Amino acid sequence: MLKISNVETFYGKIQALRGVDLDVNDGEIVSLIGSNGAGKSTLLMTISGVNKAKRGNIVFKGENIENIQPHKIVDMGICQVPEGRRIFSRLTVEENLRLGAHANEKGKYFENDIKEVYDLFPVLSDRKTQRGGTLSGGEQQMLAIGRALMSKPKVLLLDEPSLGIAPKLVNQIFVSIKNINKEKNVTIFLVEQNAKKALELADRAYVLVNGKVTIKGPGQELLKNKDIQAAYLEGGAKN
Amino acid sequence: MEKKDIIQSFKDSFFTGLIALALFGPIVGLRTASKGEGLFITPQWGVVFVLVGLCILGRFLINLNSARKTEITFFSKFTSKFSALTEDKAKHFAITAILFAVVFPFLPFTDRYFMDVAIMILTYIMLGWGLNIVVGLAGLLDLGYVAFYAVGAYSYALIATTFGWSFWICLPLAGLFAAFFGILLGFPVLRLRGDYLAIVTLGFGEIIRIILINWYEVTNGPDGITGIPRPSFFGLPFKRSPDEGETSFHLFFNLEYSTMHRIIFLYYLILVLALITNYFTLKIRKLPVGRAWEALREDEIACKSLGVNPTNTKLTAFAIGAMFGGFAGSFFATRQAFISPESFTFIESAIIVAIVVLGGMGSQTGVVLASIFLIGITEMFRDLEQYRMIAFGGAMVLIMVFKPKGILANRKPTILMHGDKK
Repeated sequence: MLKISNVETFYGKIQALRGVDLDVNDGEIVSLIGSNGAGKSTLLMTISGVNKAKRGNIVFKGENIENIQPHKIVDMGICQVPEGRRIFSRLTVEENLRLGAHANEKGKYFENDIKEVYDLFPVLSDRKTQRGGTLSGGEQQMLAIGRALMSKPKVLLLDEPSLGIAPKLVNQIFVSIKNINKEKNVTIFLVEQNAKKALELADRAYVLVNGKVTIKGPGQELLKNKDIQAAYLEGGAKN
Repeated sequence: MEKKDIIQSFKDSFFTGLIALALFGPIVGLRTASKGEGLFITPQWGVVFVLVGLCILGRFLINLNSARKTEITFFSKFTSKFSALTEDKAKHFAITAILFAVVFPFLPFTDRYFMDVAIMILTYIMLGWGLNIVVGLAGLLDLGYVAFYAVGAYSYALIATTFGWSFWICLPLAGLFAAFFGILLGFPVLRLRGDYLAIVTLGFGEIIRIILINWYEVTNGPDGITGIPRPSFFGLPFKRSPDEGETSFHLFFNLEYSTMHRIIFLYYLILVLALITNYFTLKIRKLPVGRAWEALREDEIACKSLGVNPTNTKLTAFAIGAMFGGFAGSFFATRQAFISPESFTFIESAIIVAIVVLGGMGSQTGVVLASIFLIGITEMFRDLEQYRMIAFGGAMVLIMVFKPKGILANRKPTILMHGDKK
């Protein structure tokens, strides 16, 4: 469904991605783990078209998208939940959700879509007239995911949904991600530092080191991989 | 209050005094006077002493107030009560204000002077509302807004004097021209934000003014354009003795001739134009494009990732903001009957930005209050001549001290649940 081959992205002269090869199949949950500065977020931004790939191809449903503008990529069905949530903090919860529907027929199926989001995250329904900035971190993450779902994506790109969120809510969010995948049939590409959670959830996973994929395989298999355990599991993320 | 705080306040006030001394010393303290053959410096240390003293005292009082942490001075009590009132009853306030504005010309104390001030305030309200689209909603700091005011005024003046078309044809054309210039400015600044954007827009405002001065063949340079047609009441001119074959306003309605008729008509004209601007802004906030403006102000990257096209969003904001600036410019031209580049200097942009910022970015009611406050205060102190700019500056300082986020800082949501009473 989404095939990334030999993608290289630069920030000025600094090379962040050094030829990434990766693919995501329809209906899968694919995780990408890696340490700080490995290029995980850059890869997501490159898929979304916010950063442009200097070399390489990104093919989505048979179409090359590496030179397409970000808003058109959203129209095609790839939506990103950016790192740090990036809620529109002075806008209310419902206004945030409406903005998510911006790409989706200008809100034609809005009422139905918004109901689905509220069913998925009931807490958002309670807070619909509250300003986005007044929500807790976990609620903001739910809002960010809900907002992205409003564009009816085929592929949802999630950038560190566990960042800065209470452990209890992290579990809840990962359960929601699984539900979105299974029930709404949305393909998930998840980028995480919380390697254990990400690998448990994933059908398949990749490890990104210094802008290159070094290890790939089914999530459960990578959980048992000695190198990964040493580098990503035993030290940092035990929860 | 603790002793530590008082000492801190003293220290702070002392430094304020030093800064005031450094500023006022040379500016006020040393005065050049011509006596006989040549210039002599007359020191005025007494005045400096008083000014520095006032600064120290003022700073000390502010410090004392903030050290207590609760707002208990007269001013803050007044302003917080005031804003609570207007936020809760914004709708009532708006209706009352509009009603007042409608009957204002016929109130017993209203004379020519009041009408002129009211027209000026309304012009600034309209400009503030226009700029609010760009600055308040889309979050693009535009320091060259006067350029669109100028483009509107000159387009109107040139079209009206060249082709002799009526106000109602020239007005939309002038708005279109201004919108076109808005897009012209928008393209090169698409990638800029914040300070950088502000600098470029500032430059743009100056470029337009300098073109107006130097393009003599078209704009008549610094001499300006004279004889701009006055507006007519749907074809009825406001003239004491109309040309042959014409009926003037007072004859048609069988009234005694008075120059006030024209003034009152101008007043209602700008009132309607301003209210259209306001209505438009309130409506567009609820449409996808308006929401996209606000989202863009909050977070551009999030916008991109959600499929909002930032290029179109910014350009529409610039274009629509500029269009209303252009309308206001047309009004200015027809009211003055004479325009020159002198009316479109940077200080105008600065005043409009000040109105938007002091009103509380994005607040429509805030713009009204700030315009009345700033323009009204400057007018009230007109007798002080050049010192009235001190009143203007003082008004700004007062707002920033007591209402750092603007008079009305809260953004009203565009969607409210039924029966939701906050």
